[in-house]
Amino acid sequence: MSAETGTNFDEMLNADGSVRPAYAEFRQWFDGQDKGWLRRQDAEAERFFRRIGITFNVYGDDAAEERLIPFDMIPRIITAREWRKLTRGIEQRVRALNAFLQDLYHRQEIIRSGRLPIEALRNNDAFLTQMIGFTPPGGVYTHIVGIDLVRTGPDDFMVLEDNARTPSGVSYMLENRETMMAMFPELFTKIPVRPVSDYPRRLARSLRACAPPAFRGDKGSRPVVAVLTPGIFNSAYFEHAFLADQMGAELVEGNDLRVVDGRVCMRTTTGYKAIDVIYRRVDDDYLDPLTFNPNSALGIAGIFDVYRSGGVTIANAPGTGIADDKAIYSYMPEIVEFYTGEKPILQNVPTWRCSEADSLGYVLDNLADLVVKEVHGSGGYGMLIGPTSSKKEIADFEAKLRAKPANYIAQPTLSLSTVPIFQKEGLAPRHVDLRPFVLVSPDGIDITPGGLTRVALKKGSLVVNSSQGGGTKDSWVLDE
Amino acid sequence: MLGRAANGVFWMSRYLERAENTARLIDVGFHLALTRGNRQSQDEEWKSVLTTTGLLDDYCSKHTDFAGTQVFNYLLRDRDNPGSVLSMVENARTNARVVRTSLTNAVWETTNEGWMHLRDLLARPVRETNLGEVLIQIRRTGTLVRGAIEGTMLRNEVFNFSRIGTFIERADNTARILDVKYYVLLPSAAWVGSSLDNVQWDTLLRSVAGNRAYSWLNAGSMDPRGIAKFLILDGQFPRSLVFSYEKIRSNMAGLAKEYGHEVPAHQLLRDAGAKLHQTSIEEIFEGGLHEFLQDFIGKTIEIAGAIAADYRFSE
Repeated sequence: MSAETGTNFDEMLNADGSVRPAYAEFRQWFDGQDKGWLRRQDAEAERFFRRIGITFNVYGDDAAEERLIPFDMIPRIITAREWRKLTRGIEQRVRALNAFLQDLYHRQEIIRSGRLPIEALRNNDAFLTQMIGFTPPGGVYTHIVGIDLVRTGPDDFMVLEDNARTPSGVSYMLENRETMMAMFPELFTKIPVRPVSDYPRRLARSLRACAPPAFRGDKGSRPVVAVLTPGIFNSAYFEHAFLADQMGAELVEGNDLRVVDGRVCMRTTTGYKAIDVIYRRVDDDYLDPLTFNPNSALGIAGIFDVYRSGGVTIANAPGTGIADDKAIYSYMPEIVEFYTGEKPILQNVPTWRCSEADSLGYVLDNLADLVVKEVHGSGGYGMLIGPTSSKKEIADFEAKLRAKPANYIAQPTLSLSTVPIFQKEGLAPRHVDLRPFVLVSPDGIDITPGGLTRVALKKGSLVVNSSQGGGTKDSWVLDE
Repeated sequence: MLGRAANGVFWMSRYLERAENTARLIDVGFHLALTRGNRQSQDEEWKSVLTTTGLLDDYCSKHTDFAGTQVFNYLLRDRDNPGSVLSMVENARTNARVVRTSLTNAVWETTNEGWMHLRDLLARPVRETNLGEVLIQIRRTGTLVRGAIEGTMLRNEVFNFSRIGTFIERADNTARILDVKYYVLLPSAAWVGSSLDNVQWDTLLRSVAGNRAYSWLNAGSMDPRGIAKFLILDGQFPRSLVFSYEKIRSNMAGLAKEYGHEVPAHQLLRDAGAKLHQTSIEEIFEGGLHEFLQDFIGKTIEIAGAIAADYRFSE
């Protein structure tokens, strides 16, 4: 398989250069625009992002503490038919993820049945023994899920990764749309694009639907929701503030919170006030220094006891990380089938588990053609992309892999689809992925049409992560 | 609202107010230094600007002389100086980011844009030729943010904490400016009515943007007691001590109304305000202007501390 552009599936253009139906109306509009004007709009968009402060902090890069994620004005367009199939697949997968978590922390039927080896849980930090035997309010583990999809052909969408902990990026989905509508309002009168702007309202509703037993709803009051952020130095702080603001929720930090009379309370100017639902954007490790990381300055002492006694809802539930672990990922087809009784609608990317001797042998023999990832890594760090790596990089990685094979999985280098980006010279194809955002509540599963399209801005690059210089696009799902 | 958020809007407003006052002090120092022929008295002016901002010791630990360009660059853009305009605008903006969900978009955007603009403007050393423009931009940032607050914020707790921050800082700043220069207002047989006195008095008024207002109210005639009275007791002048305390009182009353009860800081403020109102300028001079100002500065710090404690700014 090749990472070269030109041999892969382009979502806008057919191999003969004609425009695919999904993009027909957009392309007609685009071709009619003055390119100088488009370039000026492009510059205007950057100023807009800076002014409202949509920035992203890159760790370990002091000089550019706050960066913009580059925004590309060419939308990524998905047809109604494609989206229907995707939503069925996503819903099935998210249902399975929640059932899987419920099972793992209770009877572990999937292990008893022999579909998942017990080794997948042993010595896995993402599996929280403190959650065993406990069911979160409403039975929901993953209130917010981001499913990372890649596309390799007209009908070939695959799941690259499940994000069941604290998926980020939804603020970019929303702001990208705002920006497009401000820059090119006439586009939205010509083309029927499904709206995304009510995501924060749906998120708030979904979180309130998971209020804990301690919430009584006296006098028609509504559950108090707060977004828990590590603070302004976190890379996604903008998003935390944005979502709190849009939901009308409080934005709290660990040192605003304290356990008072069996409830988690925030320090207000007039005293401590109980919170019902915490949408936490901190890792499990930083939740409760008494239960988890004793060195954490970010957590709230005793919050876990309150949680277990029904005093607060934590979204997503602690311990959901086990479901998006890359070692577990390779078992997702079995997991989906085990809990839904159906064949998976969305395929996994073929994955070799380096913990298994046969697989390791294959991976070592084919390193130059594979993508090798750390089981617990994220953000595009600590991975090897064989086809674009030097001999020395491959040799160095091989040493690490041999030293700790169970720490890695390998996948073929996929021929990811491309969508054009706008450049001075015109349109140029770049690889993309898609992260739809999924809300889970006792009332059901709610998928916002579209999601966040991340795009590799360098020619031929397959790495779309914003921490590695990727950009984003507005993602359109066309109405029926 | 969260105690931490109240702390954030309070300090955001304080930093912006202080940045603006620092710009005004630099403006005056620069003008005065221009009118002074010899180097020694120029140095004295810059030294007194540094004393007013409380940064003289820090400055002296880094520099050995008081060359104007060096002083105003230290005050404007030294990143290691927490009292530089750049540091303070950055702090104001950081606080605004912390409490972003409590601010309107207009307030956040003017603060953020002001910071971006000043950061660019102060990225390179400021020269005498562009100092004026830089100072105008600093004052404009403060003015724009205050305007956005005035024009777009609900008159609620967030607004009140912001205003309390502004006027605590302003009361403190006016008192300090007056205290550093109090000796120019003391009766001195030798200099009374000399042109040097007039320049000094005018400078003092300019430091608090009060020269035009004072002239207008007094038909151009200057006397030290009148100036002191104007800066301390004038209820119309928006940078006087009485005016600042009256604003703090009214915003604290807003908090008591919204929350349905008072906190100990209310009583503290009421006592201090009553004392200020009942004092005449004659009594102030009899008791000693310097002593009066020291007492006032101490009391303002005490009130600010009580507000922070009573409204749970931190744990």
